[in-house]
Amino acid sequence: MIEAVLKPGGDAATALYIVAFSLFIIGIKQGTHPTTAKRGNLVAAGGMAIAVVTTLLLDGIGNWGLIAIGLGVGAAIGVIASVRVQMTEMPQMVALYNGVGGGAVALIAWSEIRHGISLGEDIPLDTLIPVLFAGVVGSISFWGSNIAFAKLQDLIPTRPLAVPGQQVINVVLLLGIVAACVDIAANNGDPSQGLFIAILIAAAILGNMVVLPIGGADMPVVISLLNAFTGLSAAAAGFALDNVALIVAGTLVGSSGTILTMEMATAMNRSVANVLFAGFGGAPAGGGGGDGEERPHTAIGAQDAAIKLAYADTVTIVPGYGLAVAQAQHAIKEVADELEKRGVTVNYAIHPVAGRMPGHMNVLLAEADVPYEQLKEMEEINPEMPRTDVAVVVGANDVTNPAAKNDPDSPIAGMPIIEVSEAQQVIVIKRSLSPGFAGIDNDLFYEPNTSMLFADAKAAAGEIAAEIGEL
Amino acid sequence: MSLFTEITIFVLAVFVGFEVISKVPTTLHTPLMSQTNAIHGIVMLGGLIVVGYADDPLEYVIGTIAIAFGAINIVGGFMVTDRMLGMFSKKPKPKDGDGK
Repeated sequence: MIEAVLKPGGDAATALYIVAFSLFIIGIKQGTHPTTAKRGNLVAAGGMAIAVVTTLLLDGIGNWGLIAIGLGVGAAIGVIASVRVQMTEMPQMVALYNGVGGGAVALIAWSEIRHGISLGEDIPLDTLIPVLFAGVVGSISFWGSNIAFAKLQDLIPTRPLAVPGQQVINVVLLLGIVAACVDIAANNGDPSQGLFIAILIAAAILGNMVVLPIGGADMPVVISLLNAFTGLSAAAAGFALDNVALIVAGTLVGSSGTILTMEMATAMNRSVANVLFAGFGGAPAGGGGGDGEERPHTAIGAQDAAIKLAYADTVTIVPGYGLAVAQAQHAIKEVADELEKRGVTVNYAIHPVAGRMPGHMNVLLAEADVPYEQLKEMEEINPEMPRTDVAVVVGANDVTNPAAKNDPDSPIAGMPIIEVSEAQQVIVIKRSLSPGFAGIDNDLFYEPNTSMLFADAKAAAGEIAAEIGEL
Repeated sequence: MSLFTEITIFVLAVFVGFEVISKVPTTLHTPLMSQTNAIHGIVMLGGLIVVGYADDPLEYVIGTIAIAFGAINIVGGFMVTDRMLGMFSKKPKPKDGDGK
């Protein structure tokens, strides 16, 4: 077996850890551009290899059989999952990875507590407090992420699930966890392991209770937030284990999750607290729009849509969550290809919360070979809208609703939108006039320059592409 | 390492993290998340350390699961990120299998 050559906390080990986390930072930095991002990912992976090998060489590392089993099983699962996962399933996969990351931290914290107790000495508070924090946040992340995964995978309903008095229960759980942590810290000479397990369980229930009431539309915020949580829990584990690589890597992940959480919340014009505690996303909000008088609108078929598009100079496609659900990204790309053959300029306008996680729509379109230069962010495309001949809205709804701009009383008032109603003509491909996640009618559908094409996004796009080809 | 050294490192890492990550464009946010998943797999180091001083069956199990979880994050995270970023960089490509 490998002889231990490095001293834990020694100069050589620390220096290697510094190299490792520097490579993480360089790797992320190269991730700021599509052409260098792939290399950046390899750089970060190289940093991870250094960190792992350094740790394996530390004095005190043992039980090699268990290490081999853990590494082998984990690596095998990782390889299989990463090769098999569909791009539409990325949100689930990230949720699951957040979960196992948090779970690993909670287990390490538990092991640290057991180790501390078995030594029979006072556990120093600068170890114990981070261990408690890591256990609580890790357990919340693990269970919260599993619920998010189950919702995204349609294993449990995506609509908000709430029990009466939920907020009160959550507050009681949180206070109980804090009280138990204080008790353990106060008895650091002989902390109760049973109490620590109770803390893990209470945090597990809290994780379930916080994520269950959150609806499908808010998933981008939830996934980002859980990402931040797992990162912070890893940093806490780093404090407990005096490991600089864990502190820096965990903090980077925590920063990343925090930034994404804030961006997603801003894009929906809501506070993070509102997402977590209001249970608004996916709420039916008063019976939906099925009943009541039907407002006048223009319905067209695939052939009409094809003609409008084929004779335009500039076309902007606005994809939304519905496109991801219908897996219509390849069909839409065919439409764009046909249009480009005819000399039409095609762009894609991507709302920050299009899809089910930050940047999800971009990945789906990249998978369909859409060049990233054509993917325009909201701020970039909105000024272009008045010069756009036809805007095609595919499976998007609330993010195009002009009420966000025009009606100060609308529930989505102030939410940044893709201003498709500024375009010369609008084609909306959608199954029906039913409202989106916000549960409100979309004024866009009834504007004079809007045509509705009622169909499944994938089928409709296929037909339009064929029609354009025949023109 | 003293607690305050660690806190200093933490605070500086927060600033570095915000500085670097806020420059990642929206287009690349999903690969960023899966890459941070992979970086988060660094917790596997914690698993390796605790399994080293594990001395009863429960601790063996806890430590081994922690290592496996970390390894899933590292291997799965970096590999899926690589796969995704390949879609952004390749221009002319042969049709690959999972196209629907």
